[in-house]
Amino acid sequence: MAKNYNLPDMQGHFGSYGGTFVAETLIAALEELRDQYEYYRNDVDFQQEYARELKFYVGRPSPIYHAKRWSELLGGAQILLKREDLNHTGAHKINNTIGQALLAKRMGKKRIIAETGAGQHGVASATVAARYGMECVVYMGSEDMKRQAPNVYRMKLLGATVVPVDSGSKTLKDALNEAMRDWVTNVEDTFYIIGTVAGPHPYPMMVRDFQAIIGRESILQMQEEYGCQPDTLIACVGGGSNAIGLFYPYIDNKNVSMIGVEAAGLGINSGKHAATLLTGKPGVLHGNRTYLVQDGDGQIVETHSISAGLDYPGVGPEHAWLKDIGRAQYVGITDDEAMEAFDMLCRHEGIIPALESSHALAYAAKIAPTLDKDKLLLINLSGRGDKDIDTVAKASGVVF
Amino acid sequence: MSRIAATFKNLKQNNRKALIPFITAGDPDQAMTILLMHELVNVGADIIELGVPFSDPMADGPTIQRSYERALKHNISLENVLEIVAEFRKTDTETPVVLMGYANPIEAIGRQKFSVRAKECGVDGVLVVDYPPEECEEWLESLELNRMDAIFLLSPTTPERRIQQIAKRAKGFVYYVSLKGVTGSAHLDLNEVSNKLIDLRSHISIPIGVGFGIHDSVTAKAVSELADAVVVGSRIMKEIEESPREKILINISEFVGSLRTAIDK
Ligand SMILES: Cc1ncc(COP(=O)(O)O)c(C=O)c1O
Repeated sequence: MAKNYNLPDMQGHFGSYGGTFVAETLIAALEELRDQYEYYRNDVDFQQEYARELKFYVGRPSPIYHAKRWSELLGGAQILLKREDLNHTGAHKINNTIGQALLAKRMGKKRIIAETGAGQHGVASATVAARYGMECVVYMGSEDMKRQAPNVYRMKLLGATVVPVDSGSKTLKDALNEAMRDWVTNVEDTFYIIGTVAGPHPYPMMVRDFQAIIGRESILQMQEEYGCQPDTLIACVGGGSNAIGLFYPYIDNKNVSMIGVEAAGLGINSGKHAATLLTGKPGVLHGNRTYLVQDGDGQIVETHSISAGLDYPGVGPEHAWLKDIGRAQYVGITDDEAMEAFDMLCRHEGIIPALESSHALAYAAKIAPTLDKDKLLLINLSGRGDKDIDTVAKASGVVF
Repeated sequence: MSRIAATFKNLKQNNRKALIPFITAGDPDQAMTILLMHELVNVGADIIELGVPFSDPMADGPTIQRSYERALKHNISLENVLEIVAEFRKTDTETPVVLMGYANPIEAIGRQKFSVRAKECGVDGVLVVDYPPEECEEWLESLELNRMDAIFLLSPTTPERRIQQIAKRAKGFVYYVSLKGVTGSAHLDLNEVSNKLIDLRSHISIPIGVGFGIHDSVTAKAVSELADAVVVGSRIMKEIEESPREKILINISEFVGSLRTAIDK
């Protein structure tokens, strides 16, 4: 575990990133959350219940699968997949929503709200709300609701109310704004479950802690199966929660390199991408200081990615820090490259990956052939692609 | 003495309360904003709060969000907002102007550089919604260096310990957000405001303005009896949104004038 690395500080700072950049109206709620989380993260009962839920409800541990055929085809390093796609609801998002919902329950909050982009976090929130008997309202950009219609319906089946957000670019960032507005207004009975390692302190830390199960399991599983740790970890980065979940327990192990893959959309030079760490500048959005895709006037720019879950102009502040200190590298993968990797995994391994995760796969496919056969690449397969088949069909010119 | 402090001193001597209208800079356009500022002063505004458009105004309700979107459609930048203030200052050297906005446009220019430029253009105070006191030491230094007031928000949920913390840093006046929620929310609990103000006054020596939820003469008058200043925003922006361009000046003039009359009664 991370022993030398002990960020964030008490105020939620990762170096100059992170913090609590919110209006006064939210401060009291954040202080309450910070104190309650501080208490329960060290509470044995809470941790045991969380572990039980992950085991019996989510189906953890998720296996590490050796994609042998694909590795052979690539002709270099071995591709190992951490199968978060096998979790209940089909992505890593549920690791976090369970943790936050259990906290909400202990704090006596009856209503949970969430923002969602791809709909995976919305589904995971609606799921836990049903599981624990809470009311659930999910904010979703109206643009994303079109792109991810099946997930909208899933949330409704689970009893959640999905509220379309029509402001700004009508995507994830605007859904987050709207959820914050709801929270300010209903702060007494409402718990806001943020879906990634963004937002004001303590969210980036708390979401990381809940997702760190991914990396902790990996350390044990690698030791057991392979007798060693991977050479490189690869994960896609939208807000950065699946990536930090895998990276965090490895931070002090300098033998393991870490690569975060951002969405390069139609290409970095096209201006239509969501490659925040690669092209952005530090600034303040959604309650923390981090890299942002913005114009020269400090306005947040509309991003583009074929995968709604990566289509976000910010990034978790801890990634900003890991980039600056050089502990992790960040790279970009285009829509087309991600689609190709999506196809490869479908055909050669019988796994339909999420388009978000396909970005990580595509980068692995890029570097694997350049590496020796005994090198191990551990890729976080953050979700399954059932939700994406409409998008993929459309991009391939197929009409149902 | 700063322009803001002088204004409040003057009001107090005359036993009057301040009226602080908020308008979004650049909605519907820069030229109209300058005309509006002068008109607001004509009909009795004591301080003008200028909203700096931002793409992601997390603490604002739909009315102000839409006004920011209209302004951003023609790319109003923070520099443009400062130009508006400079233009206003050519003929009005007395009315304090307070900028209200979000951190990122300021950070894009650079805090220090912004402060120098804002002072140059005649800005008197700045309220950055997402700079709470614990995150803005450097920012406060740059404001102080350039002799501008740091305006802070207080909310019904602000605990005593923080009120004291903010009281130490706040200059000009503090802005008490009279209800939970975003700008433009509907109801206003006068009893709660009254109780809270008693509490706030025991810690805060500078004037206290109250805003959020003030939408007509009756609410404006009621709040003016409790606070030192009445801040009205969303209701004005709604008027701008709904008025045809040629009617904006006259409609805003009438509305704000009616608030002044009610407060002075
Ligand atoms: C399957 C999957 N992977 C990745 C992401 C990106 O989020 P994060 O970077 O927080 O892991 C999402 C977001 O919706 C997702 O659904």
